[in-house]
Amino acid sequence: MDSTITFIGENIQLIYILILSIFVGIEVISKVPSALHTPLMSGANAIHGVVIIGAIIVMGHAEAGNWPALILGFLAVILGTLNVVGGFVVTDRMLEMFKKKK
Amino acid sequence: MIQQYWLYLIYLLGSVFFIVGLKMLSGPKTARNGNFLAAAGMTLAILGTIFMHKNEEGESIGNYAWIFGGIAIGTVLGWISAKKVKMTAMPQMVSLFNGMGGACAALISLVEFGHLHGDTPPVTILTIVAGLVIGSVSFSGSIIAYAKLQEILKKTFKLPAQNILTIILLVSILGLSIYLSFGHASTALLYVIFALSLAYGILFVLPIGGADMPVVISLLNSFTGVAAAFGGFLYDNQVMLTGGILVGSAGTLLTILMCNAMNRSLTNVIFGSFGGGGATAGEASTFAGGSVKSSTPSDIAILMNYAQKVIVVPGYGLAVAQAQHVIHELEAILEKRGVEVKYAIHPVAGRMPGHMNVLLAESNVAYDKLVEMEEINDQFATTDVVFVVGANDVVNPAARSNPASPIYGMPILNADKARTVIVSKRSMAAGYAGIDNELFYYPNCLMLFGDAKDSITKVVAELKGMD
Repeated sequence: MDSTITFIGENIQLIYILILSIFVGIEVISKVPSALHTPLMSGANAIHGVVIIGAIIVMGHAEAGNWPALILGFLAVILGTLNVVGGFVVTDRMLEMFKKKK
Repeated sequence: MIQQYWLYLIYLLGSVFFIVGLKMLSGPKTARNGNFLAAAGMTLAILGTIFMHKNEEGESIGNYAWIFGGIAIGTVLGWISAKKVKMTAMPQMVSLFNGMGGACAALISLVEFGHLHGDTPPVTILTIVAGLVIGSVSFSGSIIAYAKLQEILKKTFKLPAQNILTIILLVSILGLSIYLSFGHASTALLYVIFALSLAYGILFVLPIGGADMPVVISLLNSFTGVAAAFGGFLYDNQVMLTGGILVGSAGTLLTILMCNAMNRSLTNVIFGSFGGGGATAGEASTFAGGSVKSSTPSDIAILMNYAQKVIVVPGYGLAVAQAQHVIHELEAILEKRGVEVKYAIHPVAGRMPGHMNVLLAESNVAYDKLVEMEEINDQFATTDVVFVVGANDVVNPAARSNPASPIYGMPILNADKARTVIVSKRSMAAGYAGIDNELFYYPNCLMLFGDAKDSITKVVAELKGMD
């Protein structure tokens, strides 16, 4: 129990960010027209590609001889980049279609 | 230390860009710039991490060759597949990219578990395991969703006692995760949890029908967001946390909004997958005995030519047949002859909300010709011809009138109220909900059987010949 409380105490700022972000996320998209549901989902999909940062950290600190870590980290970097790049490009292609004609 | 503070500033900027970008994405005028802004925030955060990040021991990021190599491969693959994918295949592409993000989160956890010391606090282990579980579920679930939409997996199958099985699986994953974190941190056990989570993702998505896939993808999307947020906790990384949670909560809300558009609850989508019920099949036969009137392109051309107002109801069939260009041609000819043409867009037409808008915009249909359901529903009664192209469930009157129907209560387009309804359809096969449509048996309904693109091309040719 002590360790849990310590964890909360040490990470209290992150926990504040967590709670506030939940409300921001809900607030920000509460008035979206249904025509934009798909691009919005796709855009959000690209944003969670931020997990790539974790992959970079794992990769960047893997020791030279530790092959499992190097390979898994490398894979993680590729997959994370796919999520980010593919996500933003697909969203852009969808939104390109929405531009006003004349 | 100063360098660390600069990185914090970059992360702050990245987080703000994500929030503003997401906000802009929810308005049609600002959406595209919003996407750019979020992408810019991501680029900042990635570059900042590569060049400025230091871990707790103060070591900088190394292995640049691996990192840049991975980013290069991912960028090329992601860019090409995103550019090449057809508009009709967009939903499954999003699902695939989502799965990649989930897998990334799971791999991070696998590596970080190897770095544990004897004195790592249990909560930290739990954070790692949570990232692994959610990431893996999101990964395997997204791949199944992809396979279903891509029609690699055609059948919706349900194991015996499916719901009980998934619950047992879920409980064991939870139990083992807690035991691993607070009891015995073994790598073998971690891989057992990994495997069970992958299995859970598969079982979770398998029984859900094609029509509900958008909801599932949206849900898995928010799962991946949460998995990324656990990574943020692990690394004390603010931008991962804000980005992840933002998507987690916005994605959950979006999922609920999509369910509302179909007048279904989330639990109903996940557990009550329709199409398999015996009652439904029996009920369909009650009016299957009625007669269906088949029509020809020339008759339809005449009907449309002398109409004052035509409303097109596009559905997934239009996308499959790639008929978006030819329908625009039809619209242009009719408009030239003084016929008013509108498109009625059901919120869940196609396989994703907004799918039809994207597709029709691709073939240069003017944005203001696309009318949403609430606005157009009263106009059907004063419409001469409704042309239903590859849509089915969204015009099924049973949703209004038959409480026994599985789609009862779903808001539909009142196409049946028009003077004549023409339905372009490949065959009499049922829609995604797997139920028959009594509209086809109505006296004011004409069927135009065949591939939508072929049929419409023939109608256009007939119209041209009538000059």
